[in-house]
Amino acid sequence: MIKAGIIGTGNIGTDLLLKLIKTDFIEPVIFAGRRMSSNGIKLAQEKGINVTDKGIQFFIDNPNYCDLIYDCTNAIDAKSHAEVFKKQSIKVIDLTPAKVGDLCVPTINPEAIKTRGNVNMITCGGQASTPLLNVISKHCKLNYVEVVSQIASDSAGMATRLNIDNYIHTTERAISEFTGCNNCKVILNLNPAIPQVDMQTTLFIKAEDIKFSSLNKDIYKTIQRLKEYIPHYELVMPPTINNDVLVLSIKVKGTGDYLPEYAGNLDIINCAAIEISKNLL
Amino acid sequence: MSNIIITDSSLRDGNHSVKHTISLDSIKRYCQAADSAGVPIVEVGHGNGLGASSLLIGEAAVSDNQMLCEARKNLPNSKLGVHVIPGIATIEKNILPAIDVGVDVFRIASHCTEATVTKSHIEYLSKNDKEVFGVLMMTALATPSELLENAQIMQDYGAQAIILMDSTGTYLPSDVEERISLLVDTLDIPVGFHAHNNLNYAIHNSIVAIQNGATYIDACIRGFGAGAGNAPLEVLLPVLDKYGYSVDINFNKIIHEADNVLNYLVPKVPVSAPVNILTGLNKLFSGFEKPIIKASKLNNIEYSSLIFELGNRKLVAGQEDLILEVAQSLNK
Repeated sequence: MIKAGIIGTGNIGTDLLLKLIKTDFIEPVIFAGRRMSSNGIKLAQEKGINVTDKGIQFFIDNPNYCDLIYDCTNAIDAKSHAEVFKKQSIKVIDLTPAKVGDLCVPTINPEAIKTRGNVNMITCGGQASTPLLNVISKHCKLNYVEVVSQIASDSAGMATRLNIDNYIHTTERAISEFTGCNNCKVILNLNPAIPQVDMQTTLFIKAEDIKFSSLNKDIYKTIQRLKEYIPHYELVMPPTINNDVLVLSIKVKGTGDYLPEYAGNLDIINCAAIEISKNLL
Repeated sequence: MSNIIITDSSLRDGNHSVKHTISLDSIKRYCQAADSAGVPIVEVGHGNGLGASSLLIGEAAVSDNQMLCEARKNLPNSKLGVHVIPGIATIEKNILPAIDVGVDVFRIASHCTEATVTKSHIEYLSKNDKEVFGVLMMTALATPSELLENAQIMQDYGAQAIILMDSTGTYLPSDVEERISLLVDTLDIPVGFHAHNNLNYAIHNSIVAIQNGATYIDACIRGFGAGAGNAPLEVLLPVLDKYGYSVDINFNKIIHEADNVLNYLVPKVPVSAPVNILTGLNKLFSGFEKPIIKASKLNNIEYSSLIFELGNRKLVAGQEDLILEVAQSLNK
């Protein structure tokens, strides 16, 4: 069993806690926030989870309390938290856009968590797109990659909105790193429709020497692998080539643990974080 | 009566109707004409603004930088404006380079209910003493009170004016009256209106906006813009004059240029074709016209059924990928 702590008791942190409780290999030993009255803390208490409102101070006062930390706070706080956990040699999976550690995707570089003290989960668009792009890059020479995502407005909190530029830059960096293609563009659309829309991501790819049948087979294989840890990851527009542009589209529904099902964008980051944790077993 | 400030969007919105292929030479000629006629603000760029050249929306024939440099050179008097959609453009990648080129007016746009995504962009420009407007797009999809709430958010961030876009060309004059008057009565900053002509109300709606206190109006030469086009500048000017509003633009030069542009900028004067009437009625982005027709042909389906389904899905601007996906699913 991995003894894990969560810092940050907002939507992401609370959803992650419920997911950890369901696993049989991670034991959530502390849920650290700043307000006892927060919805997340109240829910954690109902579930019998150890909670604190001391935030990072709890970990300073109780060194080496756990083996692994999920940082679900924000980019600024996560940077200073990283220093605290580094001193205690506690592994950190960072779910904020702080980018202290290596960008990490379960199907590409899951071992990073073993060799590095701190790994970053990029963005929802990054987790949805880079596994496929990485595989595609092995079947052709990529000249240009474009990733367009739709998320429901109700799933985009103020932090996402304030950091929308950051989302774009971080996702673009991950695409470059995991495909070797520096020419890429990321677009994010917020759709306010009610009932809320699911997260959907479309890939547009310009490439040379596409070996379509072998590539197609590998795409389906990768999607099967992704479904193992993102249960509602689904291909909605199969790969097609039109005027030398490869297009495909996927949809991600959440599992509805704490966040509603339409918030696949938040769910996918937590699913990826848990999948990465398996490498510490 | 108060002075009306016109933004000429021909070189931005018009890019939608030619799949973003406006050439540097066309930009040069039209900027020279608009500048010499005294147009206050000339908006230039890809149809969806800075950074929008993409496989999703359409690749532009020339880069943002080339377009803006060419326009800047040929606009000694007029202000140079750009359209910026957060989620597509970022401060670092797109706004900073545009500042370097000498863009005067930044129009930061969001879907009508999503004003909070513009916070960092509007605040950044406002702090750096740039002229920055807040633009609410697709406004027919929100209620008047939602529009007011989102306009107030942009005003709080530092927007110096709010432009309501009827991006879908859906409004009747009474819709415009209700929304513009509410904003004018409540906001502390000027209000503007950007019409589309799907239901042949672009001029009428622009006048109603002004009668209810709007002071910024968007127009395009020959209505050169997405879908059924915008309020034609050469029509708007004399109509405003007849209503007694003063506009400091040389009408003779504009009416002359309205003929000239057919030779270099406007291959086809926009009309309300059936497809545009249907997108207007189903509250779809005017710029979807061409992708809708293309996806219908590709998938062998009627564009009317595609438009109806897309309307149900309530797409926002920038969701051309879903047009493909929905068209494929209808073909099954």
